[in-house]
Amino acid sequence: MSNSKSCCCSSNDNSCCSTDIPVTTTTLSFKDILGGWKVRWGIDRANYRIDPGLYAIGSPDHLSPVLVSANYKLTFDSLRKELYGLNCWILILDTKGVNVWCAAGKGTFGTDELVKRIAITGLSEIVSHRKLILPQLGAPGVSAHEVASQTGFSVMYGPVRARDLKAFIDSGFKATSEMRIVKFTLWDRLKLTPVEVVTAAKVSLKVFGVLFLINLFAARPFGFEDFIVYAGAVLAGTVVTPVLLPYIPGRAFAWKGWLLGLLWTAGFAWLNGWLVPGSLLPAIGYLLVLPSLSAFLAMNFTGSSTYTSFSGVIKEMKIAVPLIALSSAAGIALVLIHHLWA
Amino acid sequence: MKHKYLENVATLNLWTEKCIGCGRCMEVCPHNVFVANGKKAQVKDKNQCMECGACAKNCPVNAIAVDSGVGCALAVIKGWLTGSEPNCDCSGSEDCC
Repeated sequence: MSNSKSCCCSSNDNSCCSTDIPVTTTTLSFKDILGGWKVRWGIDRANYRIDPGLYAIGSPDHLSPVLVSANYKLTFDSLRKELYGLNCWILILDTKGVNVWCAAGKGTFGTDELVKRIAITGLSEIVSHRKLILPQLGAPGVSAHEVASQTGFSVMYGPVRARDLKAFIDSGFKATSEMRIVKFTLWDRLKLTPVEVVTAAKVSLKVFGVLFLINLFAARPFGFEDFIVYAGAVLAGTVVTPVLLPYIPGRAFAWKGWLLGLLWTAGFAWLNGWLVPGSLLPAIGYLLVLPSLSAFLAMNFTGSSTYTSFSGVIKEMKIAVPLIALSSAAGIALVLIHHLWA
Repeated sequence: MKHKYLENVATLNLWTEKCIGCGRCMEVCPHNVFVANGKKAQVKDKNQCMECGACAKNCPVNAIAVDSGVGCALAVIKGWLTGSEPNCDCSGSEDCC
């Protein structure tokens, strides 16, 4: 992807650039696809980045459009694979390896970085027009009128999704209202679940470590059934709630997760005959702690969703977090009493 | 199926008298919160607002204000416990939201 090309414009053009601009392709290699899978599973995600700066797609010249994007490699790859057959420039901002929308929220995909990157790359020498196409989801970080007054480049916000870029460019930079709406499809949600599972699994290893130590002197050691009911509650919060999100009644994510966690735990307890006088103590304990765990994990998914407002999340958390904490503490106490004392 | 979150919480404010009808807010809003009413923008569905802040940031006459916050629940709890503002400054760390 980094073959260099020293001249990018027609020979009779005096704005020809002398610097080396990397030319990239619109096809993803096996390594790119594998890299995408790895970061989806949370492997070395923070370091999956490319160098900021200008890249060429096809054979762009001084009239070619300039697309602005982030230096998270997954972002760069999902952009360039949609640009087959186009001649254009890609201006990559240094977002510290974070995608456009998250970086815009934090301000790293922002006015200052864009202004700086235009200067560093000498963009005004490379293109003769003064237009930039930014991803619409970069708008929370960029002030279009500020960029225009500081650099002379006018900012157009392109579609939300890279796959609509070609249609946007072909139609003379017109986005349909459909292109402007962010979605959160089943597939979008599913793609986000592996990272949730991996993060929860890492914390779970510590829980298992503690349970292992407890088992050394427990009257009734934790066993396979305990593992299953716990793992099910984790999956209820990290996978099932995100996947079924719009179909679960209610609005608050914590509530949705709690509901699914309760259904799972109660179902499992009932099927295993735990709802009888002798094992009622741990059953109630699990019914207190595990739905709360699912609720917490589901609540954390608000950070990955595309439609929750921060004020809403705070409102939800002010109610959910104390309930989760109390219910979990009571549940853990009951379960431990059952396992530790004969 | 359309996603719906908690209602009557969004902090979005639009001062129509300041609006110059440039249309930027309609261009940047990812949830189609604004509509054009004559030459000016109007809030159509405030409950769809996710407070991303794109409209306020791109309004050239400061006719829009919204408290935009970012952060996963874990970052918020950390903020509560340490008494600091909820903050998702996770650049470079492993457990980013």
